[in-house]
Amino acid sequence: MEEAKPKTDIGDFTSPQVLEPWKGIKKVAREEYFTSGHRTCQGCESALVMRLMIKAAGPRTIVLGATGCMYVANTTYYSTPWMVPWMHTQLGSAGSAATGTAAALRALMRKGKMEKEPINVIAFCGDGGGADMGLSAISAALQHTQYNLLIFLYDNESYANTDIQVSGSSPYGAHTTFSPPGKAHRIMHRRWKKNTAAMLAAGHPGCKYVATVCSGNAVDTLNRVRRALTIGGPTFIHSLDPCPKGWDYDPKYSHELGELAVETGIWPLYEVEEGKLRMYGKSKHIASGAAKRKPVREYLLRQGRFAHFTEEDIAYFQAKTDEMWEKWLIPGVIPFSRA
Amino acid sequence: MSPADTATTKQADNEVAPRAETEALISGSEAVAHAVRLADVDVITAYPIRPYDTVMQYVSKMIADGDFDCEYIVAESEHSQFEIVKHASAVGARVFCGSSGVGWFYAFEALAVTAGLRLPMVAMVGNRALDDPGAFGVEHNDALAVRDLGWMLAWVSTAQEALDTALIAYRVAEDPRVFLPCAISCDGAFLTHSQSIVKVPSQAMVDSFLPRYSRGDKQLHPDNPITIAPQVNEDWLMEIRRQSDMAARRARDVIIEAYQDFNARFGRGGEPFIERYMMEDAEVAVIGMGTLAMPVKVAVRKMRQHGRKVGFVRVRWFRPFPARELQNALAGVRAVGVIDRDFSFGSTFFSGVLANDLRSALYPLKNRPKILSFIAGLGGREVRTNNVIDVAGKVFDAASGADIDEQNTYWIGVRE
Repeated sequence: MEEAKPKTDIGDFTSPQVLEPWKGIKKVAREEYFTSGHRTCQGCESALVMRLMIKAAGPRTIVLGATGCMYVANTTYYSTPWMVPWMHTQLGSAGSAATGTAAALRALMRKGKMEKEPINVIAFCGDGGGADMGLSAISAALQHTQYNLLIFLYDNESYANTDIQVSGSSPYGAHTTFSPPGKAHRIMHRRWKKNTAAMLAAGHPGCKYVATVCSGNAVDTLNRVRRALTIGGPTFIHSLDPCPKGWDYDPKYSHELGELAVETGIWPLYEVEEGKLRMYGKSKHIASGAAKRKPVREYLLRQGRFAHFTEEDIAYFQAKTDEMWEKWLIPGVIPFSRA
Repeated sequence: MSPADTATTKQADNEVAPRAETEALISGSEAVAHAVRLADVDVITAYPIRPYDTVMQYVSKMIADGDFDCEYIVAESEHSQFEIVKHASAVGARVFCGSSGVGWFYAFEALAVTAGLRLPMVAMVGNRALDDPGAFGVEHNDALAVRDLGWMLAWVSTAQEALDTALIAYRVAEDPRVFLPCAISCDGAFLTHSQSIVKVPSQAMVDSFLPRYSRGDKQLHPDNPITIAPQVNEDWLMEIRRQSDMAARRARDVIIEAYQDFNARFGRGGEPFIERYMMEDAEVAVIGMGTLAMPVKVAVRKMRQHGRKVGFVRVRWFRPFPARELQNALAGVRAVGVIDRDFSFGSTFFSGVLANDLRSALYPLKNRPKILSFIAGLGGREVRTNNVIDVAGKVFDAASGADIDEQNTYWIGVRE
């Protein structure tokens, strides 16, 4: 909303914190703000991602957490791992929680009811909360360009907290407790994974920063969080988080599966900063043709959730992935082609 | 900033500010908008649904004209509308929002957790039928749906009362002894859209009555890195529910204090919880909420012209439910007739919500009046003076021993 009257004095607090990128793992701050006390599964990538997210943001941050694994498994009463102020929000409310928190800080500081200071606001949600139920609230949050906030979607590709149910962000054909293979129907989940980050970037031109991440490379993730918080306004990061329980693999392979998702081209790494798209990491080489995509078979057959796949299913998955890179207007990102 | 500092940065002036009020011909919705402006609300969220949305039309114009300063957000759904202010309240902002009918229900998840989190949100409900089938008119089932969750619920009957009650609501809700949300119900159309002369108090008067909201050590801020709403499960939830129960009990005294102070400063406000109309010598009484007061008061006066000693008790606060006040007001009458502008299908004697709570409240009385239950005015249908005279006539019949089934509920003004 346009600020019409001089009495709505905008102080320095409306500028975001300046968080310079960390040049290499040895430069990363040692302080942890997501510490002991959580009880996530062995090999849980999302718990690591939470740790990186708040390490990147630092102590002058308020974190809002939507219902999901990273709520239920992390914040048992009297044993919270969060060293920063943290508040639960409803499953579909990550966007609203961030907006309300940022709006309150802005109003209270402008009206002299709170000391002026840039405070980071991060709301996280899972794929159920972000790509499904909370999509409209995130969309609205990304339109309110006067608020500095980050929506962080940790995507383990199912409603993992409630025993692994299929979401709009689950990959085609995945075996979940709501999409089990059976005698009559081998494939119960027939939807293609929602293209959430690109949809939000394309649909919200006022949003200055959208990125996808995969935390096999911690520094890449840390610096994208720092960039999102520094650039100002509402921003969005979508993280692919391998999940040993939901994907059915040995917990020690979490990083490896994340890397494979990138190398097969299933999970493109990119950032859209002030309307400029940049592929990064291995995706950059895939996009430029410098690297060849690995066959999706190498990724799919490492996971029990695809154990029921036939050659036909693998071929379909490969063909759809090929389409992303060969047919899309912007390979791996925007799924149109010119008529 | 230390959160404790905010509590002391500005204390309410204990001096009684001189009475300086302007009179304005305004609707109930505009009256609430003035209260929101005078309360210096920090964050407001809007989403359109008739008839409550008129309040946001007035609020947004006041902001546009620079009459007051707040963050004003048009949300993309009622769920987000209520979630946004819920979170703003946790950070220490005074907040306002509202809804009507199914819009209130769309926000239901947020409404439930707002009370559970003890956040003192103040909301206006422009009471509306729960369509389908489509209907804009008043029914009370929307606001009443949160009656068990910790929301305080006030029903007002005039634009003046709407303004005054909104100020009182902030004071009560934000009192650390309470910390519960409060909804002010305004009957759709009959109050939201109807104009009357309203006294709009000065800023100084309101500032002296309404202290600044301070969340204290529960404020979400980097200087106070608390975790709000962790997983408590069976280990702690019962104790936390008990805390909400104690807060709802304490709210009674806080409401009484607030009305005493409001009466002293503003010279109006009346009795907390209920309004008694011609009850001094009443033999029977009619009970109701909201703008029903208008036809009922006219009917009471008409019947008294014919020597029939009937009175009216208007329930102003439904939560906390004024059981003691109603016992006191009704102990001397021989029969009461409760008119519900709501329904509770399949409930005890198929009564409305108010009648069922009233029966519970009067049960401990040694000499219980007979209680007849009526349903009228649903979907905004006008309750006419003659309808009320019919109701009161039946209550008189019950009082004089006629054979009228008390274990039934009578629909008034309905085509059978």
